[in-house]
Amino acid sequence: MSDVVHGPSVAGARSGRSWLGVLARWETLLVVAIAGLVVLGTLLSPFFLTPGNFSNLIAALMEVAIMALPMTLIIVAGEIDLSVESMAGLASSLIGFLWAAGVPLTAAIPLVLVVGALGGLLNGLLVARGRLPSLVVTLGTLALFRGLALIVLGPRGVSNFPPEFTALGFGYVPGTLIPWPFVIFLSLALVLGVVLHRTWIGRQIYAIGRNTGAARYSGVRVIRIRTALFVLSGLIAALAGIILTSRLSSARADAGAGMTLTVVTVVLLGGVNIFGGSGTIPGVALAVIAVAVMQNALRLASVTVEVQSIALGLLLILSVVIPNFAHQAKSAIDRVRGGRPPPADSVRRGEATTG
Amino acid sequence: MAGRLDDRQAIRTMTDGVADLATMPTLRADLRGISKRFGATQALDDVSLTLVPGEIHGLVGENGAGKSTLVKILAGIHQPDNGTIALDGEPVEIAGPAQARALGIAVVHQEPRLFPDLTVAENVFIGHAPSGRLGTIDWSATRRSAARLFDQLDVQFDVGAPVRGLSMADQQLIEIAKSLSVDARVLILDEPTASLSAHEVERLFAIVRRLRDRGVAVLFVSHRLDEVFALCDRATVFRDGRHVVTTSTGELTTADLVRHMVGRAVSLFPKVETPIGELLLEVEGLTRAGEFRDISFSVRRGEIVGLAGLVGAGRTEVARVLFGIDRRDGGEIRLGGHAVSFATPSEAMDAGIAYLPEDRHQEGLVLDFSIAQNVTLPILPRLFPRLLVRASTERRVADEYTRQFDVRMTGVDQIVGALSGGNQQKVVLAKWLASKPRVLILDEPTRGIDIGAKVEVHRIISELAASGLGIVLISSDLPEVLAMSDRILVLHEGRLTAEIPRARATEERVMFAATGNLEPVAAGDQTSGAADV
Repeated sequence: MSDVVHGPSVAGARSGRSWLGVLARWETLLVVAIAGLVVLGTLLSPFFLTPGNFSNLIAALMEVAIMALPMTLIIVAGEIDLSVESMAGLASSLIGFLWAAGVPLTAAIPLVLVVGALGGLLNGLLVARGRLPSLVVTLGTLALFRGLALIVLGPRGVSNFPPEFTALGFGYVPGTLIPWPFVIFLSLALVLGVVLHRTWIGRQIYAIGRNTGAARYSGVRVIRIRTALFVLSGLIAALAGIILTSRLSSARADAGAGMTLTVVTVVLLGGVNIFGGSGTIPGVALAVIAVAVMQNALRLASVTVEVQSIALGLLLILSVVIPNFAHQAKSAIDRVRGGRPPPADSVRRGEATTG
Repeated sequence: MAGRLDDRQAIRTMTDGVADLATMPTLRADLRGISKRFGATQALDDVSLTLVPGEIHGLVGENGAGKSTLVKILAGIHQPDNGTIALDGEPVEIAGPAQARALGIAVVHQEPRLFPDLTVAENVFIGHAPSGRLGTIDWSATRRSAARLFDQLDVQFDVGAPVRGLSMADQQLIEIAKSLSVDARVLILDEPTASLSAHEVERLFAIVRRLRDRGVAVLFVSHRLDEVFALCDRATVFRDGRHVVTTSTGELTTADLVRHMVGRAVSLFPKVETPIGELLLEVEGLTRAGEFRDISFSVRRGEIVGLAGLVGAGRTEVARVLFGIDRRDGGEIRLGGHAVSFATPSEAMDAGIAYLPEDRHQEGLVLDFSIAQNVTLPILPRLFPRLLVRASTERRVADEYTRQFDVRMTGVDQIVGALSGGNQQKVVLAKWLASKPRVLILDEPTRGIDIGAKVEVHRIISELAASGLGIVLISSDLPEVLAMSDRILVLHEGRLTAEIPRARATEERVMFAATGNLEPVAAGDQTSGAADV
């Protein structure tokens, strides 16, 4: 009957005082999981710990990681955007189409980003102004954007991109083995992390996710913020599509297909509550590493793609189930240790029953 | 009738502590030496309580007095650490809510706990719907039985309609029908009137009295002392988890009861007379289709304008338009002489209007935010124009405003959900005061909070008016509106039916206007038991 709020607290402000609190933090569990996977990977293959391998395993996941950042904000605000993979596909199609039609990339890339923002605006208006469930709206645009991608480029692929462009997705920061997309991811994570955890816009996003009504009555511009989050998501999905095109040196209408599953898994594994209201960018960043390490370990262990997909699906479910259990265990500990009983009014009206 | 008198006689005898076993009626419920501890908090400390068939027993006390814990023990939600419970002479253990129901204990909670997407009938019979031949639910029988229950309650309900969208008052009535449907031996009403209008309260009381006369033992938990006097045969006062007194309500005055509850004498409604200043808010011909029509009134500096009316009369709807949540269809709003129009609450806030909403949990607070985070939520953009939130500034502001209201807390970092109802309401007040409004609209500001906190909220409202704010006070608590308002506006079905100055305001006058009559026909003998001290 109690409010299901789990995962890390707002900006991690509440937990983390006692050692038990630190231990119980989702981020800590992720670090432990990553360490475990690294040990496992090292046992599986001598190549696991080499910088080259690490560089590869990170690069392979960067489109997902980049899309997971705005997704984090959207899920914290209590919504979801399933259309990101199709927007990445549409971006790939468009960049291929424009390049093939002779448009220079310096003009094509901004144009594609604008299309991404407009697609996000469509989602945002339908969800925020039209008051439609984002699950349904973005399921619709998931099909819509992919359909547009197929119309734009058809079944062909475009692959004669200039090396300056493919270097964006494929190359490294000079003198290192750090892939460029990782730099883009880190910069975005830094910016969005500051927005979510240090500015009042972030505070308002948490407030919307926890109690939309109270946020609205407190003067939070719920419609504006929700719309903006979807615009951001569309824009960044388009960016991810461009990076993907560059990394594969090929524009295809089916680019990014199936990525939404991984994006959502990474976000939830990062400790973001699927019901909104809690989660952190650092948590999601750690989840990116955890998934990258896991996928790499599975690959080195010659696990088939099908089994990898099963593993990912299980991970998605576990990342929802475990925080839930952890939350229950924590309340049980609180009860034993003393303090007030949970207030009766933490029961949300309408969701509860006399049992 | 004679039997009832005997019962009352017996009750009085027991009250005197010289129970004569021969004349003592069977105790419906006999709770002895109940203790319950939650961690460091002793919620109940060796309390005893008896309920007799055919009596309405009032249970009063401030929040934290242990009323809810006792209700939850009877409802099977908590198990006592010590003590015994007997029903009709048989010792029982109430291990869970299902068992409580099986034993004939029904609880009507303050906050309706219904499934919004199920129909009224489905909610009434959830878990025990009449079954058909194959063990499937007989839906038409369910609907018929539900309709019959509402007939008994003397209310009209479309039992096939979903619960979502029904008012709090209607949902409350569904809860009551639900408890009727299980044929309760013991009926516990936990603050049932908190969201009902005066008319609905009367209807509820009539129903409760009828149940009492059928032999049900009723435990009535309430903050509204006038209701305890109007309805209950006996009353028990708890304070800090201990039993203070159980006595016949006839032998008690409101002042006694309050003294027992708070352990000191308090005066209700400490309104300070304040000079009334220039015009702040003017509303002219305000209309919103389907909700209210042609509403005109004004609020001056230092003035408290009461907005009375039955639930559904359109009071909250007017407030929502004034605060920019809903759009008007016609009319004009002027603030300090200038015509204004708000598309969002933030525009209304910037113009100097604050609105304390009716539903504290859904609209007033983010329960799992800290006190500081709640207080600063409306003013974040103003407080931090450069976007970055500084925790120290936030704490300072929250500290400043919560200290004015004497919020009992461990600090401004405490989570709001852990506070009592009264303290939560003070946080909401602090939050709106921090936005430095010129006009403050308060929608049911004392609903569901205990008497001590209520007095403090009244004092705060009065002080705010004295400091030059214009206040619109929406309340279903008639004594409160009468005592606090300089002027009372009465709404009936979306229209303004009366504007009564303080000197002429009486309960009858307000009720007449609230039921659609323009002037009281005959004041007669209708004075009700207002909690005036």
